[in-house]
Amino acid sequence: MTFDEKYFDIGRLDRLSYRDTCVHNLDPRAKVIATMLFLITVISFPKYEVVALAPFFLFPVLLMTIGEIPVRFILKKVIVVSPFAIFIGIFNPLLDTGTVAVISGVPVSGGWLSFLSIILKFTLTISAALLLIATTSFPGVCHALRRLGFPPLFVSQLFFLYRYLFVLMEEAMRMIRARDMRSFGTPGAGIKVFVRLIGILFLRTVDRAERIYYAMLSRGFQGDIPSLKRSRMAAADLAFMAATISFLGVFRFFRITEGIGRVVQGLFA
Amino acid sequence: MADALLSPAVGTTLWAGTVAVGGYASKKLKAQIDDRMIPLMGVLGAFIFAAQMINFTIPGTGSSGHLGGGMILAILLGPHAAFLVMASVLTVQALFFADGGLLALGCNIWNLGFYPCFLVYPLIYKPLTGGSKNPGRILVASIASAVVALQFGAFSVVMETLLSGKSELPLGAFVLLMQPIHLAIGIIEGFVTAGIINYVRGARPEILDSIAASRPLGAGISLKKVMMTFAVLAAITGGALSWFASTHPDGLEWSVEKIYGRGELPEQKHGIAPVLKDLQEKTAFLPDYNFKPAGNEPKKKEAVPVWPGIEAGTSLAGITGAAIVLGIIVLIGMGIRSFRGRGKG
Amino acid sequence: MSHHIVDFKNVSFRYPDGTEALRGINFRITHGESVGVVGANGAGKSTLLQHMNGCLMPTSGTVTIGDLTLTGKTRREIRKKVGIVFQNPDDQLFMPTVFDDVAFGPLNLGMDEESVRERVRKALSMVHSLDLRDKPPHHLSSGQKSAVAIASVMAMEPDILAMDEPAANLDPKSRRSLITLLKSFRHSKIIASHDLDLILDVCQRCIVIRDGTVVADGPSAEILTNRTLLEENNLELPLSFQRR
Repeated sequence: MTFDEKYFDIGRLDRLSYRDTCVHNLDPRAKVIATMLFLITVISFPKYEVVALAPFFLFPVLLMTIGEIPVRFILKKVIVVSPFAIFIGIFNPLLDTGTVAVISGVPVSGGWLSFLSIILKFTLTISAALLLIATTSFPGVCHALRRLGFPPLFVSQLFFLYRYLFVLMEEAMRMIRARDMRSFGTPGAGIKVFVRLIGILFLRTVDRAERIYYAMLSRGFQGDIPSLKRSRMAAADLAFMAATISFLGVFRFFRITEGIGRVVQGLFA
Repeated sequence: MADALLSPAVGTTLWAGTVAVGGYASKKLKAQIDDRMIPLMGVLGAFIFAAQMINFTIPGTGSSGHLGGGMILAILLGPHAAFLVMASVLTVQALFFADGGLLALGCNIWNLGFYPCFLVYPLIYKPLTGGSKNPGRILVASIASAVVALQFGAFSVVMETLLSGKSELPLGAFVLLMQPIHLAIGIIEGFVTAGIINYVRGARPEILDSIAASRPLGAGISLKKVMMTFAVLAAITGGALSWFASTHPDGLEWSVEKIYGRGELPEQKHGIAPVLKDLQEKTAFLPDYNFKPAGNEPKKKEAVPVWPGIEAGTSLAGITGAAIVLGIIVLIGMGIRSFRGRGKG
Repeated sequence: MSHHIVDFKNVSFRYPDGTEALRGINFRITHGESVGVVGANGAGKSTLLQHMNGCLMPTSGTVTIGDLTLTGKTRREIRKKVGIVFQNPDDQLFMPTVFDDVAFGPLNLGMDEESVRERVRKALSMVHSLDLRDKPPHHLSSGQKSAVAIASVMAMEPDILAMDEPAANLDPKSRRSLITLLKSFRHSKIIASHDLDLILDVCQRCIVIRDGTVVADGPSAEILTNRTLLEENNLELPLSFQRR
């Protein structure tokens, strides 16, 4: 993706994260914990597991539909970051060729199963991560992290980064455009120009930091970023977490999907 | 590193390591930091993030590269602050770009933050530059540092993937894949890092000095601590590797597949698998209902124990079930969508 | 009431790289006065403003705010009395939401939660931005950011308000709102700006700075109609005085 595309991409995800839906209004801590548990559960499935992953798609689907996050947007982002996983995973079918299951007479190799498992797990985990931000907003996640025990210095670091992210990306974008306008068709640019661009951006950043510091001092800053008490967990948040945990537990430890399949097969047998 | 390639054990271990180092860095900084570092660290994080999005063409290859940032942060801010800034950049990337995933974030922060800040900067960069401001020396030190840091990072990815056991790539092939690529990337990163530092020093030398002055005093890592950590890491890695090696009688040429077959069995003795097996036997009507022997295929009764990693769920029944479940989920999704649509009217 | 007095006595300031930005600045602003500070770029306006709350310390001379002489120790107290709105609102709004930014000052003053919320509400209402309360700053337009930056300073209820190019990024409507707001602020005001019409509108008194010294100090009506004086300082007559 070009710089411009990445910039607007982040901008879009950021704007989606401030919407007002039932999902958005859940306590950020609940969503962070639920997401992490979801991730651990999904990747805890053994290497060859494919079928039991199916019900887990309910989690992202619910978040997307109730949270009003466009499906295509999420899918596109999942695809964009998939190359590494696919690249590593594709060796599985090449290396693991022993037949591991037979389905209606068709032998299936272990490699393909584990590859499919990787793909499914990848889709689930990446979409869950994206949906966390999409439904919680970055500051929300940071507040959750602080209350979950992360060091305050690190959390304020995250806040500052987020605050100036778009500012700096805009500055960088202006510089890139200026560079490209003077490149007359030579694609990209050499390292020398890059280094100079980055150097200038760095100096501007340091100057900006100084001005921000003065602004902070002018409003009484003495070393600690103050914060107000935030809301407590409501019944809805606890219900959400309980529902998620039960869902994860049931579908991890019981072969429900397969059971459904057997029942249906039994009907047709 | 991606979530899908991780196992919970490896993922949580690396997270624990990252959190421990992050906590230590935060504490150290909090006690000694100059207030002006706080906005500086924040904005520099945004700077690195933006800088990483800018591509440049690598001479001779035509492909594009971008800045990693671990080394330059360590050089500018010192190890503790640099680690936190790098961690924050990777966190934002994980959340906004879903680069790798949230569990893999622990691995990524470790791979890209710990080695440059706490290992390479004190042990390689600082000794090589020896405080000199000579651009040539800085270039050499930067390249050496970036190369070593990335080699460690790349090798860690290999180990993390291996120990997670979701990939079939044998150690040899994986290493041959990762290390040379990251050698090249490291050299480029070294050039870029040195270039930026030398540029800044040329344009506004007082900036580097003033940042250095705001860094916590005595923020250098004691050599002893580093060596101890190193020794512990080496012991763990060595232990893990020798365990792998010892399970294989041949010794020299080993592939993960062969090791994996052995590696799975100990796992099966404790943990979730036997419980699952138990449940499976209880819930299935006929455990071997779906296996159709075809020619030389293993007999029904043997199919299950030969492949302990696979529950009999990968079968026609399983697939049917999966299709139904997915269908239900899609219907639920569409239902909610149209319900919302009507509500908005 | 002495605590609204701003007194610069022979203030000089030299930057670390040697630039002499201020040379013997002398002026005195009393309670309730509104003073414009004009001059060419690089004349020293911003540097002067930064001395008002100790962001910069004079290399010689004294700055007195109210009863306090500016020193390293008194800076903190002085910052409670003098609110400075800097040029670039992006540098002033550094918290995740508008509310957090406006609450930053009062929280640092040690106020309790209820009072902080009340201050925020009041300050945001003053600049007609109460609806922006929960927005992140990077979702705001230039004009909105300027308004919120002002609110973030007003929330500390300073006795003296100093502003550096407050109307630079504002559209005409926002600029008009700003002028109305400034006219309603009863305490001492010091406004550095190139917008001479704004100065004419808001400030009764005007100080002209050139090369770090005060070259003129008098009623705005006199100074801002003195074409020669203005042109010597790379300025023009206020647009409202120029004929088409």
